[in-house]
Amino acid sequence: MTLTRRDVFVLGSAAFAGTALAGMPAFASATDDLIAEFTGGAEAGSGALVLTAPEIAENGNTVPIEVDAPGAVAVAIFADGNPVPAVATFNFGPLNPSRSASTRIRLAKSQNVIAVAKMEDGSFVRADAAVKVTIGGCGG
Amino acid sequence: MISRRDFLQASMAASAIVGGSGFGNWARLAAQQRLTQDQLLEFDTFGNVSLIHVTDIHAQMVPIHFREPSVNIGVGANKGVVPHVTGADFRRLYGIDDGSPSHYALSSGDFTALAEGYGRMGGLDRVATVINSIRADRPDALLLDGGDTWHGSYTCYQTAGQDMVNVMNTLKPDAMTFHWEFTLGSERMTELVEGLPFAALGQNIFDVEWDEPVDLFPPYKFFERGGVKIAVIGQAFPYMPIANPGWMFPEFSFGIRDEHMQEVVDKVRAEGAECVVLLSHNGFDVDKKMATIVTGIDVILSGHTHDALPEPVLAGGTIIVPSGSNGKFVSRVDLDIQQGRMMGFRHKLIPIFSDVISADAEVAAVIEAERAPYKAALSEVIGQTDTLLYRRGNFNGTWDDLICDALLSQRDAEIALSPGVRWGPSVIPGQDITREDIWNVTSMTYPEAYRTEMTGEFLKIVLEDVADNIFNPDPFFQQGGDMVRTGGLGYRIDIAKPQGQRISDMTLLKTGEAIDPGRAYVVAGWASVNEETEGPPIWDVVEAHIKTKGTVSLEPNNSVEIINA
Repeated sequence: MTLTRRDVFVLGSAAFAGTALAGMPAFASATDDLIAEFTGGAEAGSGALVLTAPEIAENGNTVPIEVDAPGAVAVAIFADGNPVPAVATFNFGPLNPSRSASTRIRLAKSQNVIAVAKMEDGSFVRADAAVKVTIGGCGG
Repeated sequence: MISRRDFLQASMAASAIVGGSGFGNWARLAAQQRLTQDQLLEFDTFGNVSLIHVTDIHAQMVPIHFREPSVNIGVGANKGVVPHVTGADFRRLYGIDDGSPSHYALSSGDFTALAEGYGRMGGLDRVATVINSIRADRPDALLLDGGDTWHGSYTCYQTAGQDMVNVMNTLKPDAMTFHWEFTLGSERMTELVEGLPFAALGQNIFDVEWDEPVDLFPPYKFFERGGVKIAVIGQAFPYMPIANPGWMFPEFSFGIRDEHMQEVVDKVRAEGAECVVLLSHNGFDVDKKMATIVTGIDVILSGHTHDALPEPVLAGGTIIVPSGSNGKFVSRVDLDIQQGRMMGFRHKLIPIFSDVISADAEVAAVIEAERAPYKAALSEVIGQTDTLLYRRGNFNGTWDDLICDALLSQRDAEIALSPGVRWGPSVIPGQDITREDIWNVTSMTYPEAYRTEMTGEFLKIVLEDVADNIFNPDPFFQQGGDMVRTGGLGYRIDIAKPQGQRISDMTLLKTGEAIDPGRAYVVAGWASVNEETEGPPIWDVVEAHIKTKGTVSLEPNNSVEIINA
């Protein structure tokens, strides 16, 4: 636990996340607005969308995530604790054999990663994953 | 027609009878001074497959004392259920008599007195005798090592794991998974794994760059035993780069990866597996949750959290078998597999009483050869102790109280931090403390005892962060260690609160003053996961402290107040 400036920053963020996960995400309203923009205000239900993310990030600067949404024409990804919550939007054409994509995202602290898929019938589905950014250091 | 569930429950009851008779008899026999090897090994061979499980040996090749925890708090759905039951409550739950061998082996309470009566436990030469006995009953029994094997002693450190590899190879394991082994560093780890004459498994060991499985660690291996096609899947410790220094093995990524686990189970079932065994280093509560999420696993051989239970726990059609630590126990699980289904099982957690089970001469000779070059260093007496030295427990133990005292005095600090690891044998009052004893609780590849400044605010962040790694109600967020130990610092912890709100009333014990969030405190600690940490190795710090003291005598530590446990 020798401290560098970067560690202190990461740790400070992790602690702040305690409040974020407790239900007051700092940028939640910004994320809600962005989701509403993507769905045109339509309600996103649950359905054929699988969002895979680690429970605890091994490195908050590069967190692997994957979305798989059979029948989707587009999938948008948001990180509700980042200063800029919009991460990426993947668009799929009719010739795409699979409607899945993977990438790496940077998470400033523990937060929710949210995927919203626009389906071929115009409906929307949503999946959330809480990802924790931690200092760790005491594994048995 | 009997359903699978009925059969499991019926079998569970049958298993309890086997376990119960064993346990009850040991108590009576002990009272009559007649605890025998035959009694410990007695087992009515059952079904068509036998599994032998050892895990979390932490490089303890010779018999040791190891006190089980008196504080092991469960949270969420695991509050108050095994393995989060300790001491007398544990004994009542399993019908174990006070003062019996099972009391001594499996639970805390009267440890010092019972240790004098029952002696040391473990020793891989005794473990070899047990394995040979099981193989005499069932020659094709599978021996599976749950990992944390090549870490935790003086000789293991000096040989970079080679001593343990050599001794374990004589036991002829069929497969292994990993945790602390990775802290040998990628290069050494790769070298050792490439030389193994058995499978090195990990469905959750991935390449960090491409996030793809790694050839060196296949996810599973098929075995044909007793006419049954068995798939053994490996699960390494999921939080390696977080709980241990990721910079030592930067090529590898881990994680729980339960979706991938389901894919692997489905794949091996599709390829004809009639029995699926998960060799896991998840930790007990993580395994229990995984058993309810992933379908198709018959048996989870559970390691990491060092729990030893006399009966398996049933979760979602899977039996979970935790087999303790430090070489104290060997689990034998016999299965009846018919037409791709587990129709029943019989289980015994075999305690390795080193004075009762005879040593296998061949393995004893290999152990002796590994230790011989280091004999003088190992046996050097550094001091004595008047206090039972033990580590296990969610909060402080006396070993870490001593280590924190050493850090405070030798590194001239106001506050000391010692990591909440679960390994490390005990030392009985009146015994000498040897160099080997000190290394048994400190040996690691990142031992630097740092000295730095931390603000009160930052110290709270550290405590909150570690507490959430243990007491997060979702097991998938638990890393399986204990709470960081503190010296010179007292606090109150509310287990039931979320991260950021658990820790309060932080006090600098030296002055009795409340910790000031804005003030910088001089903090000494060890086992930092950060690269380029500087300081003398912790074993030198502890050795110097004990030499100064001569005889160690510790006051009871009441500096942590626990509420809502």
